Amino acid sequence: MASTVTKTEVLFGKKMKRKEDPRLITGTATYVDDIQMPGMHHAVILRSPYAAARIKGIDARGALELPGVAAVFTGADVKDVGPVPCGASLPGLRVPHHHVLAQDRTYFVGHPVAVVVATDRYIARDAVDRIEVDWEPLEAVAEPEKALEAGAPAVHPQWPDNKAFDYHQEHGEVDKVFAEADVVVKQRITSQRLIPCAMETRGVVAEWKSGEKSLTIYTSTQIPHLMRSLVAGMLGIPENRLRAVAPEVGGGFGSKLNVYAEEALMGFVAMKTGKPVKWIESRRENMLATTHGRGHVDYYEIAAKKDGTIVGIKLKLIQDVGSYHQLLTPAIPTLSVLMMPGVYRCQNIRADIVGVFTNCVPTDAYRGAGRPEAMHGIERMVDILAAEMKMDPAELRLKNFIQPEEFPYATATGLTYDSGDYAKPLKKALGIAGYAALREEQRAARSAGRLMGIGLSTYGEICAIGPSPATPAGGWESATVRIEPSGKVTVHTGCSPHGQGEETTFAQIAADELGVDFDDIIVLHGDTAIVQYGIGTFGSRGTAIGGTAMYFAIQELKAKIKRFGAMMLDCDDVTFSGGRCVCDKTGKSVSIQEIAAASYRAMKLPPKTEPGLVATYFWEPPNFTFPFGAHVVVTEVDKETGDIEVKRYVAVDDCGKIINPLVVAGQIHGGVAQGLGQALYEEAVYDDSGQLMTGEFMDYCVPKSTMMPWIEDSNTETATPVNPLGVKGVGEAGTIGCSPAVVNSVVDALSPLGVRHIDMPMNREKIWKLVQGGAA
Amino acid sequence: MIAQNFEYETPSTLEEALELLADGAKALAGGMSLIPLMKLRLAVPERVVDLRRVPGLNSIRVAEGQLHIGAMVTHYELESTPLVRRSSPLLAAAAASIGDVQVRNLGTLGGSIAHADPAADYPAALQALEAVIRIAGKGGERAVSAAEFFVDTFTTALEPGELVVEVSVPVEAAGTGVRYEKCEQLASGFALVGVAARVAKKGGKVSMARVGVTGLAGSSYRAKNVEALLEGTTGSAQDVTRAAAAVAEGKEANSDIHASADYRAHLARVYTARALRAALGTAG
Ligand SMILES: Cc1cc2nc3c(=O)[nH]c(=O)nc-3n(C[C@H](O)[C@H](O)[C@H](O)COP(=O)(O)OP(=O)(O)OC[C@H]3O[C@@H](n4cnc5c(N)ncnc54)[C@H](O)[C@@H]3O)c2cc1C
Repeated sequence: MASTVTKTEVLFGKKMKRKEDPRLITGTATYVDDIQMPGMHHAVILRSPYAAARIKGIDARGALELPGVAAVFTGADVKDVGPVPCGASLPGLRVPHHHVLAQDRTYFVGHPVAVVVATDRYIARDAVDRIEVDWEPLEAVAEPEKALEAGAPAVHPQWPDNKAFDYHQEHGEVDKVFAEADVVVKQRITSQRLIPCAMETRGVVAEWKSGEKSLTIYTSTQIPHLMRSLVAGMLGIPENRLRAVAPEVGGGFGSKLNVYAEEALMGFVAMKTGKPVKWIESRRENMLATTHGRGHVDYYEIAAKKDGTIVGIKLKLIQDVGSYHQLLTPAIPTLSVLMMPGVYRCQNIRADIVGVFTNCVPTDAYRGAGRPEAMHGIERMVDILAAEMKMDPAELRLKNFIQPEEFPYATATGLTYDSGDYAKPLKKALGIAGYAALREEQRAARSAGRLMGIGLSTYGEICAIGPSPATPAGGWESATVRIEPSGKVTVHTGCSPHGQGEETTFAQIAADELGVDFDDIIVLHGDTAIVQYGIGTFGSRGTAIGGTAMYFAIQELKAKIKRFGAMMLDCDDVTFSGGRCVCDKTGKSVSIQEIAAASYRAMKLPPKTEPGLVATYFWEPPNFTFPFGAHVVVTEVDKETGDIEVKRYVAVDDCGKIINPLVVAGQIHGGVAQGLGQALYEEAVYDDSGQLMTGEFMDYCVPKSTMMPWIEDSNTETATPVNPLGVKGVGEAGTIGCSPAVVNSVVDALSPLGVRHIDMPMNREKIWKLVQGGAA
Repeated sequence: MIAQNFEYETPSTLEEALELLADGAKALAGGMSLIPLMKLRLAVPERVVDLRRVPGLNSIRVAEGQLHIGAMVTHYELESTPLVRRSSPLLAAAAASIGDVQVRNLGTLGGSIAHADPAADYPAALQALEAVIRIAGKGGERAVSAAEFFVDTFTTALEPGELVVEVSVPVEAAGTGVRYEKCEQLASGFALVGVAARVAKKGGKVSMARVGVTGLAGSSYRAKNVEALLEGTTGSAQDVTRAAAAVAEGKEANSDIHASADYRAHLARVYTARALRAALGTAG
C-alpha cells in the first residue's frame, strides 16, 4: 500500500533493538551445522598429536574397512591442491609451503594429516582411530624467544634460525633524542598468545554439482568473497563456478578472517566423492587448529624531557608466528608498529620486528589485531614513565596528547590521524570515576594496609581498514541497494557481519535516507551468488566503509527517484525527503512506493533514465579512521590470595558518530570482556614439547558473565571527515582500551611494594608472589 | 568430541542394573562427568547403564538422626530442598557451589562421589560430615565411611560393578556452625581448594571441629591435625590461624598450570582459616 505520510523520525542515533537478535536467541538462525543435504557425507580430520614429527607412513586400511567409510585422503592425495595462502607480503618474508594436509612432516599439534569421509560423523570419527601413522617424533620449540636461541630445533629445517621475517621502520632522530633525553625508561612487555574462542567453531559444507561443474562452499567465515577467490585458485576451478556462502556466523574475532586448509579440503573431497560433505570443527580442534592471536614479546624504551614530554619511542617486537603464515599473519605486528605512538605527539620512533617460527598453530588477527598489543605497550610505558617521574598518569597523558587543532595529524609511522580530541574522553572518564576522590580513597586504603589501584588508558586505534593501497586485497567495500516494485528495500552489502549488528545499523541509515520504514528494509550478505563482490567484516570496517558504500548507492538512487518524481509530478524542481518527492512549486507529492512501482512498470521513463531502482556502489575510502577513548579501572588486590577485584570499570569511547547506542554499548561490553580475559585470565599455554595445555574450556579461562564487572560506559562523539556518515568503527575499541587500563590499575595497587610492571595474564598466583616478594 | 559406539540400557530395578554392569559397562547418572570423558574418548565404555529408572535412588529422608540421600539426587535438589538445607546446611552449600545451574540440574551426588574428581566439592563436605556411603553389589550391600571411600584421584572404594546407592550424614545439631569455602579454578569452576568446616562450642571452648579438604591433594581428606589444634581452644583469631596452618602438613599438594603446589598449600591454609572463622561465627 502506498504510504501518504511523510516520514520524519530520524533513526540515526536511536537505540534500536537488533533485527538479527530474535532469530539468534530463538535458535532459528541457520549456521553451517544446520545445513542438511541429501546423501551428505561427514568428514573428520586426523590431526598430528606431535608438535614436530616425521610421517614415515600412513596405513588407512583399517579405516576403509569400517562400513560406512567412503574415503580417506592423505597428504599424497592433495599434493597438487594449492597452498593455504598468505596474503601479506613483506620484503624477505619466508613463506613455507602450506599444504592442506601434511606431507612428510607435521609442524604443530593439530596439524591436519588425513581426512575420513563417511556416511555419518560417528563412523568417520571411529575410523580416524583406525588410521595408523608411523610417526617419528622430532624435537619441537614452542616459545619464540627460545626459538631464536642458537641451537634451537628448526621448525622448518630449511631455515635453522627460525626467522620468518625482519621488519624495520624508523622516523625522526631517534638516537639523538635518546642521547639528549632527561629520562629513558625501558621495559619488556608481553602480550600473550590467546585463543579467539568464537562461540561457533569453524565448519564447512561443500557441494559439487558435476553437471554444472560448480562448487558451493558454505563456511563460517568473515570473508566469503576473498575465500572464494583464493580457494578457487587452490582447487584450480574458475572463480565463477565457485559459490561461497557465509550463513549465520557465530562470531569470529578475526579467527575467521582467514582461508583455511579445511575450506579447500572439503571442496576437494566433494569434487572427488561427488557427494556433499560436512565438516564441523570440535571445540578441541578449534583451540588447537584455528588461528590464535597476539604472541608478542616487546622490548620498549621511551625517552622524555624533564617536564614529561615524550620525545622518542623504541620497540623491538618479537612476534610468535607459529608454524605457518595464515592469511595475514605477518601483517598483524606491522599494525602494532603503525600505532606505536598511540595518541601522543612523538615524531621519533624506531621499530624492529622479528617474526619467529614456532611449533604452534599460526597466530593471526584477533580482536584488535596488532592494536591491543601497541596500546598495551605504549599505555604501560606512559605509566612507567609517570611513575619514574613521579607525575600523575592522567597529567602526563594530557601533556603529550596531540591537540584537536593539529588534525589531520601526520604520525611518525606514516599515518594521518583523521580527527580527535583525546582530552575529552579522558576528562569525562575521570569525571565519571571521580578521580580526585578515588585518589583520596586510595590514600586512606593504603594507610589501612589495603592494596587499591587506579589505572587508566587513553587509546587510539586504526579502523575502517582500509584504503586499498594499504591492504593486501583491496580495502574498499560495496553495496547494492534495490528498491523493489512495492517499495520494500533490499540491501546487499559486500561486508559479512557475524554478530556486529549491521543488519540493524544499515537499516537505520537506509530508513533515514529513503524515508521508508525500518521494517521495510532487509540487509543481505555473505552469499557470493547474491551479493556483488565485497571484502568482508574485520578491522572495525563494516559500517565505516560498507555503510558508506550503501550511503553512496542510496544517493545515486535518490537522484533517480527525483527524476521519476519530477516526471510523475510534471515539475522541474522536486525535493525528496521523508519518503516523498515534493514539487517545490505546487507542493504536490508522490511517495517512494509509488515511484518504485512506476519505475518498474515503466509506462513512461524520464529522459536518459533506465527502468528500475537499483544502484551498486563500490566505495574506496580516502583514509583509515582513528577512534579513541579512555578507560578508568579501579581494582583491589586480596593480599592473602592474590585475587584481583575489579571494583569500577569506566569506559568512555569515541567512535565518531553513533548510529545506534545499544549496538555501540554491546560492542564495548564484548570488547571489554575480551580485554579483561587477556588482562586477567587467558593464555594459550604450550609445554616445552609443543603440547597445548589449555585445549579445553576446563583449562582455558574466558571470563564468564559472573566474572564481569559492571561497565559504566558512555561516549564522546567526534565525527570523522573521512566518510559522510562521520562514523569511525567500534568493533575492537573495548578490547584495545581495556588491558592496559586493568594492568595499570593493578600495578598501581602494588606500587607501594615496588612493583613496576606485571605481564598478562595477571593470574592470582602471579599476584600473590608479587605481594610476597615485592618488585617484579 | 564424538563418543565411540556403545550400548545403552535403562534397567528398572537395582538387581537388573547390577547385572548389566558387567565388564566394560559404566553406570550413567547425570552424565556431567561421564559424557565429556566419552566425548574426549578418555572413557570408552562398551555399555552405558542409565540409572534414572532405578527406583529408590532419588529419595531424601531423615531417620534416626541421619539424613539419607539417594545416589541419584541432583546437586540442585540438595541445594534447594528445605529438608536438606535444614538438616545439613554444609552439604547444601557444597551442592550450591558446583558448576552452573545446568550442571546442578543434571549432576548427582552419587555420580560425583563415584567419579572422585580430586577437585570436586562434595568430598570436602562428606569428609567433614563423616558421611557413610552405602554401596550395593551383586553380592549384597556394604557401607563405608567417607574417609575410606575416597582413595585417590578418580579412585574410590567401589569395586567393579558396584554402585553407590545412598549417602548418610548426621542431622546437624543445633548450634553447630558450618561453612564451605571454595577457591574456584576460574576456567573449570572446580575447586582449586575447597574447605568444609563444622564447629561446635561448649563453655566458651571449641568442643568439636571437623575439617574436610578437597582440591589440594590426590584425594579429599579430613584434616584431623587442624581439628585437634582447634578443639579445646577458645577459637580466637590466632587459634584459627595456628590450626589452619597445619592443613597441608604431610600432604603432597597438586601442581598444574592453574596453581603450583606451594600456592595450593597456601590457599588451603587461607581457605581453612576463612571457613573456620565463618563457621565459628555462626556456632552457638
Ligand atoms: C561444566 C561443568 C562444571 C562442573 N563444575 C563442578 C564443580 O564446580 N564442582 C564439582 O564438584 N563438580 C563439578 N562438575 C562435575 C559435576 O558435579 C558432575 O555432575 C559429577 O561430577 C558427576 O555426577 P553425574 O551424576 O553427572 O555422574 P556421571 O557423569 O553420570 O557419572 C560419573 C561417574 O560416576 C559413575 N557413577 C554414576 N553414578 C554412580 C553410582 N550411583 N554408583 C557408582 N558409580 C556411579 C559413572 O559410571 C561415571 O564413571 C562440573 C561438571 C561440568 C560439566
